[in-house]
Amino acid sequence: MRIYGHKLPAMSSLLLWALLWEIIGQTGATFFVPPLSEVFVTLFKIIGTPAFVTALTETAQAFLAGVFFSIVIGIPTGILMGKSRLLDELLLPWVNIFVSAPLTALVPVLMVLFGFGLTSIIITTTLFGIWIIILNTRAGVRQINRSLVEMATSFGASPLDAFVKIYFWAALPEILGGVRIGVIRAVKGVIIGQLLISIVGFGALFELYASNFLMTHFWAVLIVLFALAFSISEFLAYLERKVAYYAAKR
Amino acid sequence: MSQTRQAFDDAQPSDQDIAVSVRGVSKNYGAVEALKNMSLEFPRGQLTSLLGPSGCGKTTLLKIIAGLLKPDSGEIIVNGKAVSGPGPNRAFVFQDFALLPWASVLRNVAFGLELRGVPRSEREAKAEKYIRDVGLAGFERAFPHELSGGMRQRVGLARALSVDSKVLLLDEPFSAVDEQTRRKFQEDLLALVENENKTFIFVTHSIEEAVYVSDQIAILLPRPSRVSEIIRPTSFRTKGVGNIRRDPEYLDIVDEIWASLRNYVE
Repeated sequence: MRIYGHKLPAMSSLLLWALLWEIIGQTGATFFVPPLSEVFVTLFKIIGTPAFVTALTETAQAFLAGVFFSIVIGIPTGILMGKSRLLDELLLPWVNIFVSAPLTALVPVLMVLFGFGLTSIIITTTLFGIWIIILNTRAGVRQINRSLVEMATSFGASPLDAFVKIYFWAALPEILGGVRIGVIRAVKGVIIGQLLISIVGFGALFELYASNFLMTHFWAVLIVLFALAFSISEFLAYLERKVAYYAAKR
Repeated sequence: MSQTRQAFDDAQPSDQDIAVSVRGVSKNYGAVEALKNMSLEFPRGQLTSLLGPSGCGKTTLLKIIAGLLKPDSGEIIVNGKAVSGPGPNRAFVFQDFALLPWASVLRNVAFGLELRGVPRSEREAKAEKYIRDVGLAGFERAFPHELSGGMRQRVGLARALSVDSKVLLLDEPFSAVDEQTRRKFQEDLLALVENENKTFIFVTHSIEEAVYVSDQIAILLPRPSRVSEIIRPTSFRTKGVGNIRRDPEYLDIVDEIWASLRNYVE
């Protein structure tokens, strides 16, 4: 954006909001909003502590596992649904229900089924991330140029070849878009899991800080979480741009 | 030399050596009869055009020969054997090129061989040879979106040539390139038919193009789809590419085909 001919750096709107936050915090209007500077001081204080490192590891573990399962199950399922009319008719209603369902309400059921441990948290994370990946992959596969598929068939491609060498790559721009949104939703999933199922990881920190009214700590952890989610999503957006050159020409 | 060859060709009537034959092929799309009991023979080492108004089933027939579509009845014989699916004895050139947009020219040309499990170094060496042959040397590392339409079709052609199939199936290969590029392609195609000793089956909707490049032209008519006529130009093929378009026989055949097709054009 430009103001009076000066080019503003990317995300300069964040600076404006940070300033506003600091001012409101300094006035002491509400305990809920401590000054941003204090939040950052706290952030650097807690970031090396064993409690924080443990929480980060626990959250990262559950998050990565959940994202891993949503990708390795979601992409093939999406491709198969895009290819096969039958599978699509069978599975699409469920995918559409789950993509819009309030998954948080399902968490107690998962706890009954899978216990109070890591498994349930990973499944919650997967459930948050997987549906949009399936839907996007399916959409990507359905708009593949027919003649690419015919080309592969005419040169004797096996179904597996076609799957790996044509469908996956041709749908890649949509797949990456789906993974990016899925990963963001998985961040929500892992925190909700850690709050509701077993109080571990960042969920435990949120619980601890909020119930003790440690608002600077609360915001510090939230900022760390936001920064992590933002970097992952930006990295995926970067990959998406790298394949965008052929998105229009398939 | 050329006279000896001419004599040799004459002594061996082409209908004795048939590379591909279509026998009683029918194909319906629901209630629509795309092809009805069609029979046609394609002499080895020659170029046969399938020419007709849109809706006459020429592309359907080509895809059935390629094994991409299954006929409802009838059979396709390639080199004496009935075929029921795609096979290494046929290669297809697509109207819209069908290149992998995420792969370089080299990988695209080698892709047919890649699918047949040829080791990387071997298939790339072969692909490089055909990239040179179609005049794209220096573009091995380029991507399809960096090439013009004509160059993309050269990639498609190189891919079909590199699998070394004896039968080449071309589905309106030049219809998506500009007029000047198309003329160059047509000349190159004649040289290819001359040098490669392959059987070419060529679908086109351009009368001039069909007469210019073909040893044999099958005129297909719609509703019901049938082969109405087979034309074999005789005299102008040997007179050099520059003279074909003003040869009286060429002009006569073009007129004659138009006369028989004009009633079917809406």
